[in-house]
Amino acid sequence: MHAKPTALSILVIDENRLRGAVIEDGLRDAGYENLTVVHDVVGIARRIADIAPDVIVIDLENPNRDMLESMFQLSRAVNRPIAMFVDRSDQASIEAAVDAGVSAYVVDGLKRERVKPIVDMAISRFNAFARMARELDEARSQLESRKLIDRAKGILMATRQISEADAYALLRKTAMNQNRKITDIAESLITAAGLLAPPEDT
Amino acid sequence: MSQRREYEVVAGFMPLLDSAILVAAKETGFAAAEGVGLTLVRETSWASIRDRMAVGHFQVAHLLAPMPIAANLGLTPLAANTIAPIALGLGGNAITVSNALWAQMLDHGASSNLEPGATGKALRQVINQQAKDWTGPLKFAVVHPFSGHNYELRYWLGASGIDPDRDVEIVFVPPPLMADALASGSIDGYCVGEPWNSAGATAGFGHIATVKAAIWRSSPEKVLGVSAAWAEQKPEALAALLRALCRSAQWCGEKANHGELADILAAPNYIARPAEWMLHGLSGSLDVGGGELKQASEFFVPFAKAATFPWKSHALWFYSQMVRWGQIAHTRENTAIARETYRPDIYRAALGPLGIALPAANAKVEGALLTPTPVGSAGASLTLGPDGFFDGALFDPDKIDSYIEAQKR
Repeated sequence: MHAKPTALSILVIDENRLRGAVIEDGLRDAGYENLTVVHDVVGIARRIADIAPDVIVIDLENPNRDMLESMFQLSRAVNRPIAMFVDRSDQASIEAAVDAGVSAYVVDGLKRERVKPIVDMAISRFNAFARMARELDEARSQLESRKLIDRAKGILMATRQISEADAYALLRKTAMNQNRKITDIAESLITAAGLLAPPEDT
Repeated sequence: MSQRREYEVVAGFMPLLDSAILVAAKETGFAAAEGVGLTLVRETSWASIRDRMAVGHFQVAHLLAPMPIAANLGLTPLAANTIAPIALGLGGNAITVSNALWAQMLDHGASSNLEPGATGKALRQVINQQAKDWTGPLKFAVVHPFSGHNYELRYWLGASGIDPDRDVEIVFVPPPLMADALASGSIDGYCVGEPWNSAGATAGFGHIATVKAAIWRSSPEKVLGVSAAWAEQKPEALAALLRALCRSAQWCGEKANHGELADILAAPNYIARPAEWMLHGLSGSLDVGGGELKQASEFFVPFAKAATFPWKSHALWFYSQMVRWGQIAHTRENTAIARETYRPDIYRAALGPLGIALPAANAKVEGALLTPTPVGSAGASLTLGPDGFFDGALFDPDKIDSYIEAQKR
């Protein structure tokens, strides 16, 4: 009888706890239960010996990858040679993995069909995580921009005695004339107002 | 006036002093002057550089000199065919030991003169003593299995009567984490490139025991690894890049530029550590520990003595050490793969027009030159050497079989 795909032992090494959790969720949802996630490589040789993973998923940027790879090659630390990176013959998978920032090591002799879903899942979760992080960054910077523009409008309304709509229109027109972003104009205005303002009583 | 940009090249690098030639090629305009738009991407591991070269993110990279050989021999995962058409300088590494180990070595006759023979002998006596006391083994760290660090540490130990596999344990630690690993007591010593020895010694965590430039004088350390496929598709781009790197190496070698170079390398996007640390390696005036300054002769040589020439004898020596330490079997085919990885032909073709000194030979007997010696060259006159191993052994690349045989344990 063939072993169930879910019986594969998977080790996820990720210093980013949040991303580690995102990958763990994905793999558990897909039915992989024999799963260990570690965030720190201290004592990793012992863990690998205990877990005897079939597949190791690790973020590409982990500075300890050279150490881990050398450990995989030295059979003293690991009972079974872990030699392959995804699958040498599957260039598309390799590119997708490196683009996503993930690398996977697989015990020698394991069939590609059994590993590919795991690697694909890791790739998609890495990409999803990167997208999430990017969106969070964008949301943050949008919020920042709105605050800047509000402050700049306030300054214009106070100094020029104009309405909020006019203040915004003025910012926008200036940005267009100077071929700059409206937040840049707002920022310059706030800086300039700060420099020109009479010293405040403290 | 805007610069012409005919070629775009993306290069991976690790935060090390010997990334200097690549970094300066970009920052001082040598790349731009050759029409090369050079983008540098700092990486966190050699594995990551290798992977990103394999999928084409990088066309070229700052690589440990044995890495392209290991890749072509199929010894590493994701090994893409890689050539080494230029070296990125000579020397630059040191061996740092913990204060506790240094104290024991001093008791056994070591001194702060960086001399590998004397320090190696003292280390052997410490290890002999520990064997009697049932303590140890000492743990040494290097950065990568296929690195000059691994081979020169092992050579130093071996020539000092210490078996690197039986008498000590060798582990792998990323360069920026070496000093911390030493401070935490998880290792007793390490062999790494600058500024990571200065990092340990100036922080008071350890003592610099000896240097690569004394273990094997004029020895290779990093190369520019180039995707063989890209080199074939874009020979003009590669030639332009090699010219830029050569001019950069010349600039890096000028003492008058060291202050500026140290400031460039210290920047957050490069090594992100104090400029003073860079100056130790650039000048060879090392703080070996506790502020004690020692001058290491020809510690890091970016340009003089054909320091960027990709000698086939260097490639073959690295190969001989891969065989020596059981990383690969010695065969005629493997020897040929190692020899063909280094490409002095491409170097000569690209740099001939610059009128710089070009060695006439592709290989030399390592250890034959005991003093600086004028040699046959095209272009400007050229002085090589001394290039000897500290134990006086010679490596004649034409007699690699007997060299490998003699090193068998």
